[in-house]
Amino acid sequence: MIALSDYLIFGAVLFTISMAGIFLNRKNIIILLMSIELLLLAVNTNFVAFSYYLNDVTGQIFVFFILTVAAAEAAIGLAIIVLVFRNRKSINVDDLDSLKG
Amino acid sequence: MALKFILTLILLSPLFGAVAAGLFGRRIGRRGAHTITIFGVAVSTLLSAYVFYLFVLEGRSPFNDSLYTWLVSDGIKFELGFMIDSLSATMMLVVTFVSLMVHIYTVGYMDHDDDYGPNNPYYQRFFSYISLFTFSMLSLVMANNFLQLFFGWEAVGLVSYLLIGFYMKRESAIQANLKAFLVNRVGDFGFILGIAVVVMYFNTLDYNEFFAGLAAHKNTMITIIPGVEWSMITVLAIMLFIGAMGKSAQMPLHVWLPESMEGPTPISALIHAATMVTAGIFMVARLSPAYEMSEAALSFIMIIGALTAFMMGLLGIIQDDIKRVVAYSTLSQLGYMTAALGASAYAAGMFHVLTHAFFKALLFLAAGSVILAMHHIQDIRQMGGLKKYMPITYWSMLIGSLALIGFPGFSGFFSKDSILLAVSESDTYGASFAMVLLLIAVFVTAFYSFRMFFLVFHGKESEYVKAHEIKESPGVVTWPLIALSIPALMMGWPLIGPILSGTYFADAIQVTGEHDVLGRIYEGQYHGAFNMVIHSLTTLPVILALSGVFLAWLLYIKKPEIPGKIKKACPRGFYVLDNAFGFDRLNEIVFVDGMRKLGSFFTNSIDIKMIDTGMVRNTFMSVAHSAAALKTAQTGYLYHYAFVMIFGLLAMLAWVLW
Repeated sequence: MIALSDYLIFGAVLFTISMAGIFLNRKNIIILLMSIELLLLAVNTNFVAFSYYLNDVTGQIFVFFILTVAAAEAAIGLAIIVLVFRNRKSINVDDLDSLKG
Repeated sequence: MALKFILTLILLSPLFGAVAAGLFGRRIGRRGAHTITIFGVAVSTLLSAYVFYLFVLEGRSPFNDSLYTWLVSDGIKFELGFMIDSLSATMMLVVTFVSLMVHIYTVGYMDHDDDYGPNNPYYQRFFSYISLFTFSMLSLVMANNFLQLFFGWEAVGLVSYLLIGFYMKRESAIQANLKAFLVNRVGDFGFILGIAVVVMYFNTLDYNEFFAGLAAHKNTMITIIPGVEWSMITVLAIMLFIGAMGKSAQMPLHVWLPESMEGPTPISALIHAATMVTAGIFMVARLSPAYEMSEAALSFIMIIGALTAFMMGLLGIIQDDIKRVVAYSTLSQLGYMTAALGASAYAAGMFHVLTHAFFKALLFLAAGSVILAMHHIQDIRQMGGLKKYMPITYWSMLIGSLALIGFPGFSGFFSKDSILLAVSESDTYGASFAMVLLLIAVFVTAFYSFRMFFLVFHGKESEYVKAHEIKESPGVVTWPLIALSIPALMMGWPLIGPILSGTYFADAIQVTGEHDVLGRIYEGQYHGAFNMVIHSLTTLPVILALSGVFLAWLLYIKKPEIPGKIKKACPRGFYVLDNAFGFDRLNEIVFVDGMRKLGSFFTNSIDIKMIDTGMVRNTFMSVAHSAAALKTAQTGYLYHYAFVMIFGLLAMLAWVLW
């Protein structure tokens, strides 16, 4: 039997890895997108674990919502990246600094 | 007809003429304009004569009624009303009569004007203005309250402004009317403060209620500068008199009058000699009960008047412009009237107003006739020997000048002599000083009047006169001269007795017992007009006047080379006179430059430095600076934003959980 704490540690590790991916990644914007997906999956893991242990399906319903939203977000995100690449010939994160004040 | 209706008609018929000629000038044409305005003023004159008959000759008791209440505010009524007694009835007749003469004269004088094109309705406009002036002046003298007095006061000022600048294409005329307006504003400031004191302490604008309240305020004190108390009535009297100083051109507010001569000559006669400038004298006489209660105000008035009479007379000596000579004589005579007021001889002052109105209008119109004949040349050095070309103008000018210098038997003699007697009799502080100045002024007056007279009509004909054809002016110009000569010649005889005895203005002017100098003269020295004339031949004023005439004859006819030598001998004295004692310089340096400096101080220090730079610019610059500092936080890198978001979230979480 896998304990709840194991799931939570797994979720936290996933979350930390994806955070590190967001902060440390200086190269590819697609990795950024992947990190965000991973972030959401870490949260999903927590939801599912709690749902199982508390015998409450609400958590699992949330997971479905999050997965849907994540799919939509990935689609839009990839579309944006395609457009960015078309315009700027690069998806390097360090090059995308037009918001600089 | 009811009296009230007659009075309303007197007041409004000139206004009707003014509106008709002013607004419909092009439609009714030149002939229509002068017909309608002359008709309006003629109606006024005839009815004024009737009112004069009722109130002065029949001695009806004063009429005081309000026509219309404009508004009531906090118990103070703002009304339009009439107070008719011997004083206002006399002024009404003088104003309308002189105005009528000037209207008729203007038909000839303004007939042709090079400044304007053929289609410009300047002619109609001119008639509109002088009728409007007549209306304003009538509302001033007929008033029964301070509000209407103030309305008339300002309205005559406005018309005076319009008419001084009538030749609006000449820069000097525009300068002159601006100056007149501004200087009058200084006087009016005092005047309106005076009215404010009346409203504050008496809670009324009505003359009669004001007079009734005077006794109760005899010892009321007022504090303007902390720690210094003044008698309220003295403050009130002096404030109102400052208004009179502006309008009646007393020193140091006289500077506008000589320059007002830029206006057309009929205006100089009507407004700047006969009527408007006497408004101040009239006002003081009207408010005599108040002035009687303040020794200090009377002293002040007398000294100002005497100084004006003397110093302005001196300036008349060196003027070469025919109108300016007459203008300075007007200033000097106004000084006489003011001095009479200071001696409590209000009746004598008013008497001089009346005689002066006629002989000064006559002098001005005669001067205008000369100017017309000389094709608008005004320099008396270019004239000379005009006597044989213009006999009517010559004789009327002679009558006017003799009346002006107080030659025995002429109208001016009676009024001026009664002023001199009154001042010598007066105990007011400064009376003996004033008397000396006034006596010297008699000599000076005679000298400059006849200097001008000899230079214009006698002596050698100048080049200009020889080269041009000089002819007598047309009938519309000469008839008013003749009509004005008659009162200038004779008017003193019937009036002197009633004036001195105090019966003439008995219902209008109040003099307290110890101030009643005219009454004392009447009791002690007066033995009929004829005796007065005979007696005067041995007195100082007449001797001084005659020696002035003699000196003028000596210097300008007998030995015309002397004046040039005198001028060379004392250039400094000439310089002082030529600059009119430096009043203009003083105003320029102190007020004009002072104002300019004050203005540039406010622009540079307050506006530019404090408001523009200090408040407006610094506000937006501080926003810009802090924005420049803050924007460095915006790196544009996604991971920085994400970092801030996550750690911000953590910080908030930590803060909530703690």
